[in-house]
Amino acid sequence: MSRKRISLRQELPLLVWLVIVWGALWQDFSPGNLLFGALLAAVVARLFYLPPVELSGRFNILRAFPFALQFLGRVVAASCQVFYLAVAQGPKVTNAVVAVPLRSHSDLMVTATGHVISLIPGSLVVEVDRSTSTLYIHGLNVRNADDVLKLRKDVRDTEAGLIRVMGTKEELAALNQEVGT
Amino acid sequence: MSPDPSAVDAVIDAVSAVFMIVGAVMSLAAAIGLLRFPDLMSRMHAATKPQVLGLFLLLVAVGLQLRTWWVWPVLLVAWIFQLLTVPVSAHMVGRAGYRTKHLHKELLSTDELEAVVLKAAEAAKERD
Repeated sequence: MSRKRISLRQELPLLVWLVIVWGALWQDFSPGNLLFGALLAAVVARLFYLPPVELSGRFNILRAFPFALQFLGRVVAASCQVFYLAVAQGPKVTNAVVAVPLRSHSDLMVTATGHVISLIPGSLVVEVDRSTSTLYIHGLNVRNADDVLKLRKDVRDTEAGLIRVMGTKEELAALNQEVGT
Repeated sequence: MSPDPSAVDAVIDAVSAVFMIVGAVMSLAAAIGLLRFPDLMSRMHAATKPQVLGLFLLLVAVGLQLRTWWVWPVLLVAWIFQLLTVPVSAHMVGRAGYRTKHLHKELLSTDELEAVVLKAAEAAKERD
Protein backbone atom coordinates (compact mmCIF):
# COMPACT_ATOMS: atom_id res chain seq x y z
CA MET A 1 0.00 0.00 0.00
CA SER A 2 1.50 3.27 -1.05
CA ARG A 3 -0.32 5.51 1.41
CA LYS A 4 1.23 6.07 4.76
CA ARG A 5 -0.29 4.06 7.56
CA ILE A 6 -1.56 5.79 10.62
CA SER A 7 -0.80 4.61 14.11
CA LEU A 8 -3.29 2.51 16.03
CA ARG A 9 -3.68 5.30 18.55
CA GLN A 10 -4.91 7.65 15.83
CA GLU A 11 -7.13 4.97 14.36
CA LEU A 12 -8.61 3.85 17.66
CA PRO A 13 -11.37 6.51 18.01
CA LEU A 14 -12.67 5.55 14.57
CA LEU A 15 -12.62 1.82 15.37
CA VAL A 16 -14.44 2.51 18.63
CA TRP A 17 -17.04 4.46 16.67
CA LEU A 18 -17.53 1.49 14.29
CA VAL A 19 -18.02 -0.84 17.27
CA ILE A 20 -20.59 1.55 18.78
CA VAL A 21 -22.50 1.66 15.49
CA TRP A 22 -22.40 -2.15 15.35
CA GLY A 23 -23.75 -2.45 18.89
CA ALA A 24 -26.41 0.18 18.24
CA LEU A 25 -27.62 -1.50 15.06
CA TRP A 26 -27.92 -4.88 16.77
CA GLN A 27 -29.34 -3.15 19.85
CA ASP A 28 -27.11 -5.46 21.85
CA PHE A 29 -24.18 -4.25 23.92
CA SER A 30 -23.21 -7.61 25.38
CA PRO A 31 -19.45 -8.27 25.50
CA GLY A 32 -19.60 -11.11 22.94
CA ASN A 33 -21.38 -8.99 20.36
CA LEU A 34 -19.04 -6.05 20.95
CA LEU A 35 -16.01 -8.32 20.57
CA PHE A 36 -17.31 -9.62 17.26
CA GLY A 37 -18.01 -6.04 16.23
CA ALA A 38 -14.45 -5.04 17.10
CA LEU A 39 -13.15 -7.94 15.02
CA LEU A 40 -15.27 -6.85 12.06
CA ALA A 41 -14.22 -3.23 12.53
CA ALA A 42 -10.55 -4.23 12.37
CA VAL A 43 -11.13 -6.36 9.25
CA VAL A 44 -13.14 -3.61 7.54
CA ALA A 45 -10.50 -1.01 8.37
CA ARG A 46 -7.82 -3.29 6.87
CA LEU A 47 -9.67 -4.35 3.73
CA PHE A 48 -11.39 -1.13 2.75
CA TYR A 49 -8.50 1.15 3.36
CA LEU A 50 -9.45 4.80 2.91
CA PRO A 51 -7.23 7.85 3.16
CA PRO A 52 -6.63 8.24 6.88
CA VAL A 53 -8.71 10.71 8.83
CA GLU A 54 -6.06 12.69 10.59
CA LEU A 55 -7.39 13.35 14.04
CA SER A 56 -5.48 15.97 15.91
CA GLY A 57 -5.10 13.75 18.97
CA ARG A 58 -6.70 16.44 21.09
CA PHE A 59 -10.27 16.50 22.31
CA ASN A 60 -11.48 18.88 24.98
CA ILE A 61 -14.64 17.43 26.46
CA LEU A 62 -15.24 20.50 28.63
CA ARG A 63 -15.39 22.64 25.51
CA ALA A 64 -17.26 20.02 23.49
CA PHE A 65 -20.28 19.86 25.75
CA PRO A 66 -21.21 23.58 25.66
CA PHE A 67 -20.41 23.59 21.96
CA ALA A 68 -22.84 20.71 21.37
CA LEU A 69 -25.55 22.43 23.41
CA GLN A 70 -25.00 25.70 21.57
CA PHE A 71 -25.11 23.78 18.30
CA LEU A 72 -28.45 22.23 19.19
CA GLY A 73 -29.81 25.65 20.16
CA ARG A 74 -28.68 27.08 16.86
CA VAL A 75 -30.25 24.22 14.92
CA VAL A 76 -33.55 25.14 16.58
CA ALA A 77 -33.00 28.81 15.78
CA ALA A 78 -32.10 27.94 12.18
CA SER A 79 -35.25 25.94 11.67
CA CYS A 80 -37.46 28.66 13.09
CA GLN A 81 -35.68 31.27 10.98
CA VAL A 82 -36.14 29.27 7.77
CA PHE A 83 -39.79 28.70 8.66
CA TYR A 84 -40.30 32.40 9.29
CA LEU A 85 -38.54 33.42 6.07
CA ALA A 86 -40.48 30.88 4.05
CA VAL A 87 -43.77 32.23 5.30
CA ALA A 88 -42.96 35.93 5.58
CA GLN A 89 -40.66 36.59 2.63
CA GLY A 90 -40.91 33.57 0.36
CA PRO A 91 -40.03 34.48 -3.22
CA LYS A 92 -38.61 37.89 -2.30
CA VAL A 93 -35.79 36.62 -0.07
CA THR A 94 -32.35 38.10 -0.79
CA ASN A 95 -29.28 35.92 -0.62
CA ALA A 96 -25.54 36.19 -1.10
CA VAL A 97 -22.55 34.00 -1.85
CA VAL A 98 -19.73 34.95 0.49
CA ALA A 99 -16.11 33.81 0.57
CA VAL A 100 -14.87 32.98 4.06
CA PRO A 101 -11.18 32.17 4.49
CA LEU A 102 -10.63 29.76 7.37
CA ARG A 103 -7.69 29.65 9.76
CA SER A 104 -7.12 25.92 9.71
CA HIS A 105 -5.74 24.01 6.74
CA SER A 106 -6.55 20.52 7.99
CA ASP A 107 -9.14 18.68 5.92
CA LEU A 108 -10.93 17.44 8.99
CA MET A 109 -11.36 20.91 10.43
CA VAL A 110 -12.58 22.40 7.14
CA THR A 111 -15.07 19.53 6.79
CA ALA A 112 -16.29 19.87 10.36
CA THR A 113 -16.72 23.62 10.01
CA GLY A 114 -18.57 23.15 6.74
CA HIS A 115 -20.90 20.63 8.36
CA VAL A 116 -21.67 22.75 11.37
CA ILE A 117 -22.33 25.92 9.43
CA SER A 118 -24.53 24.08 6.95
CA LEU A 119 -26.78 23.19 9.85
CA ILE A 120 -26.95 26.53 11.63
CA PRO A 121 -28.81 29.69 10.65
CA GLY A 122 -28.86 30.78 7.07
CA SER A 123 -25.68 29.31 5.62
CA LEU A 124 -24.90 26.57 3.14
CA VAL A 125 -21.52 25.58 1.72
CA VAL A 126 -21.50 25.97 -2.06
CA GLU A 127 -17.86 25.50 -2.86
CA VAL A 128 -14.67 24.63 -1.04
CA ASP A 129 -11.25 25.77 -2.11
CA ARG A 130 -8.98 23.26 -0.45
CA SER A 131 -5.69 24.90 -1.40
CA THR A 132 -6.52 28.12 0.44
CA SER A 133 -9.10 26.49 2.76
CA THR A 134 -11.74 29.00 1.75
CA LEU A 135 -15.39 28.19 2.07
CA TYR A 136 -17.87 29.80 -0.31
CA ILE A 137 -21.08 30.10 1.59
CA HIS A 138 -24.57 30.76 0.38
CA GLY A 139 -26.30 32.88 2.99
CA LEU A 140 -30.06 33.07 3.28
CA ASN A 141 -31.51 36.53 3.89
CA VAL A 142 -28.21 38.40 3.46
CA ARG A 143 -29.32 41.84 2.32
CA ASN A 144 -26.34 44.16 2.69
CA ALA A 145 -22.66 44.46 3.55
CA ASP A 146 -23.36 44.37 7.27
CA ASP A 147 -25.07 41.00 6.96
CA VAL A 148 -22.11 39.72 4.95
CA LEU A 149 -19.73 40.75 7.74
CA LYS A 150 -21.98 39.12 10.31
CA LEU A 151 -22.12 35.87 8.34
CA ARG A 152 -18.35 35.84 7.94
CA LYS A 153 -17.83 36.46 11.65
CA ASP A 154 -20.33 33.71 12.46
CA VAL A 155 -18.43 31.16 10.39
CA ARG A 156 -15.07 32.19 11.82
CA ASP A 157 -16.48 31.96 15.35
CA THR A 158 -17.80 28.49 14.64
CA GLU A 159 -14.39 27.45 13.43
CA ALA A 160 -12.80 28.95 16.54
CA GLY A 161 -15.19 26.88 18.68
CA LEU A 162 -14.26 23.72 16.79
CA ILE A 163 -10.55 24.46 17.13
CA ARG A 164 -11.02 24.81 20.88
CA VAL A 165 -12.77 21.43 20.95
CA MET A 166 -10.54 19.37 18.67
CA GLY A 167 -7.97 21.46 16.85
CA THR A 168 -4.28 20.72 16.95
CA LYS A 169 -2.10 22.42 19.55
CA GLU A 170 -0.62 24.72 16.90
CA GLU A 171 -4.05 25.86 15.72
CA LEU A 172 -5.11 26.49 19.29
CA ALA A 173 -1.98 28.50 20.03
CA ALA A 174 -2.50 30.58 16.90
CA LEU A 175 -6.12 31.17 17.85
CA ASN A 176 -5.24 32.22 21.39
CA GLN A 177 -2.67 34.62 20.04
CA GLU A 178 -5.21 36.08 17.61
CA VAL A 179 -7.79 36.57 20.35
CA GLY A 180 -5.21 37.98 22.73
CA THR A 181 -4.01 40.73 20.41
CA MET B 1 -41.71 9.79 48.21
CA SER B 2 -41.78 8.38 44.72
CA PRO B 3 -43.99 9.86 42.02
CA ASP B 4 -47.13 8.03 40.98
CA PRO B 5 -46.31 5.85 37.90
CA SER B 6 -49.41 6.86 35.97
CA ALA B 7 -48.54 10.55 36.51
CA VAL B 8 -45.05 9.92 35.13
CA ASP B 9 -46.63 8.14 32.16
CA ALA B 10 -48.89 11.10 31.53
CA VAL B 11 -45.95 13.52 31.58
CA ILE B 12 -43.93 11.33 29.19
CA ASP B 13 -46.94 11.06 26.87
CA ALA B 14 -47.46 14.80 26.93
CA VAL B 15 -43.80 15.56 26.23
CA SER B 16 -43.62 13.08 23.36
CA ALA B 17 -46.88 14.43 21.93
CA VAL B 18 -45.46 17.96 21.93
CA PHE B 19 -42.21 16.74 20.34
CA MET B 20 -44.11 14.86 17.63
CA ILE B 21 -46.27 17.84 16.76
CA VAL B 22 -43.37 20.27 16.68
CA GLY B 23 -41.37 17.74 14.63
CA ALA B 24 -44.21 17.44 12.14
CA VAL B 25 -44.51 21.24 11.99
CA MET B 26 -40.80 21.39 11.14
CA SER B 27 -41.35 19.03 8.21
CA LEU B 28 -44.22 21.28 7.17
CA ALA B 29 -41.82 24.24 7.36
CA ALA B 30 -39.48 22.41 4.97
CA ALA B 31 -42.37 21.81 2.58
CA ILE B 32 -43.50 25.44 2.70
CA GLY B 33 -39.93 26.54 2.13
CA LEU B 34 -39.60 24.30 -0.92
CA LEU B 35 -42.74 25.82 -2.38
CA ARG B 36 -42.13 29.44 -1.52
CA PHE B 37 -38.42 30.05 -2.03
CA PRO B 38 -37.41 31.34 -5.45
CA ASP B 39 -34.33 29.33 -6.42
CA LEU B 40 -32.50 26.09 -5.84
CA MET B 41 -30.05 27.41 -3.28
CA SER B 42 -32.59 28.91 -0.93
CA ARG B 43 -34.70 25.79 -1.35
CA MET B 44 -31.75 23.75 -0.13
CA HIS B 45 -31.83 25.79 3.07
CA ALA B 46 -35.44 24.78 3.55
CA ALA B 47 -34.68 21.16 2.69
CA THR B 48 -31.81 20.78 5.13
CA LYS B 49 -32.44 22.66 8.35
CA PRO B 50 -36.00 22.21 9.57
CA GLN B 51 -36.07 18.51 8.84
CA VAL B 52 -32.89 17.81 10.84
CA LEU B 53 -34.63 19.31 13.86
CA GLY B 54 -37.91 17.62 12.92
CA LEU B 55 -36.24 14.22 12.78
CA PHE B 56 -34.51 14.90 16.10
CA LEU B 57 -37.81 15.69 17.80
CA LEU B 58 -39.58 12.68 16.29
CA LEU B 59 -36.74 10.34 17.29
CA VAL B 60 -36.84 11.67 20.87
CA ALA B 61 -40.59 11.08 20.90
CA VAL B 62 -40.09 7.50 19.67
CA GLY B 63 -37.41 6.95 22.32
CA LEU B 64 -39.70 8.27 25.04
CA GLN B 65 -42.61 6.10 23.94
CA LEU B 66 -40.68 2.83 23.62
CA ARG B 67 -39.37 3.13 27.23
CA THR B 68 -36.40 0.84 26.70
CA TRP B 69 -32.90 2.14 27.02
CA TRP B 70 -31.48 0.12 24.13
CA VAL B 71 -33.35 2.06 21.44
CA TRP B 72 -31.52 5.28 22.34
CA PRO B 73 -28.18 4.29 20.75
CA VAL B 74 -29.96 3.40 17.48
CA LEU B 75 -31.86 6.68 17.47
CA LEU B 76 -28.68 8.61 18.25
CA VAL B 77 -26.79 6.85 15.46
CA ALA B 78 -29.67 7.55 13.07
CA TRP B 79 -29.57 11.24 13.93
CA ILE B 80 -25.78 11.49 13.74
CA PHE B 81 -25.83 9.94 10.27
CA GLN B 82 -28.46 12.46 9.31
CA LEU B 83 -26.22 15.25 10.61
CA LEU B 84 -23.29 13.87 8.64
CA THR B 85 -25.08 13.28 5.35
CA VAL B 86 -27.45 16.24 5.07
CA PRO B 87 -24.77 18.94 4.68
CA VAL B 88 -22.93 16.78 2.13
CA SER B 89 -25.98 16.31 -0.06
CA ALA B 90 -26.89 19.98 0.32
CA HIS B 91 -23.36 20.93 -0.67
CA MET B 92 -23.36 18.66 -3.72
CA VAL B 93 -26.73 19.89 -4.93
CA GLY B 94 -25.81 23.50 -4.19
CA ARG B 95 -22.49 23.18 -5.98
CA ALA B 96 -24.05 21.59 -9.05
CA GLY B 97 -26.82 24.19 -8.96
CA TYR B 98 -24.36 27.05 -8.87
CA ARG B 99 -22.30 25.67 -11.74
CA THR B 100 -25.32 25.06 -13.91
CA LYS B 101 -26.64 28.54 -13.05
CA HIS B 102 -29.82 27.39 -11.39
CA LEU B 103 -30.03 30.55 -9.35
CA HIS B 104 -31.45 34.00 -9.62
CA LYS B 105 -28.56 36.43 -9.81
CA GLU B 106 -30.82 39.39 -9.16
CA LEU B 107 -31.66 37.98 -5.74
CA LEU B 108 -28.03 37.85 -4.63
CA SER B 109 -26.76 40.93 -2.81
CA THR B 110 -23.13 39.87 -3.28
CA ASP B 111 -21.49 37.00 -5.11
CA GLU B 112 -17.86 36.47 -4.24
CA LEU B 113 -17.64 33.12 -5.98
CA GLU B 114 -18.53 34.36 -9.47
CA ALA B 115 -15.15 36.00 -10.13
CA VAL B 116 -13.31 32.91 -8.89
CA VAL B 117 -15.32 30.57 -11.12
CA LEU B 118 -14.83 32.86 -14.14
CA LYS B 119 -11.09 32.96 -13.52
CA ALA B 120 -10.90 29.19 -13.19
CA ALA B 121 -12.89 28.79 -16.42
CA GLU B 122 -10.53 31.14 -18.26
CA ALA B 123 -7.49 29.32 -16.95
CA ALA B 124 -8.99 26.04 -18.13
CA LYS B 125 -9.67 27.54 -21.58
CA GLU B 126 -6.07 28.75 -21.90
CA ARG B 127 -4.79 25.30 -21.09
CA ASP B 128 -6.84 23.69 -23.86
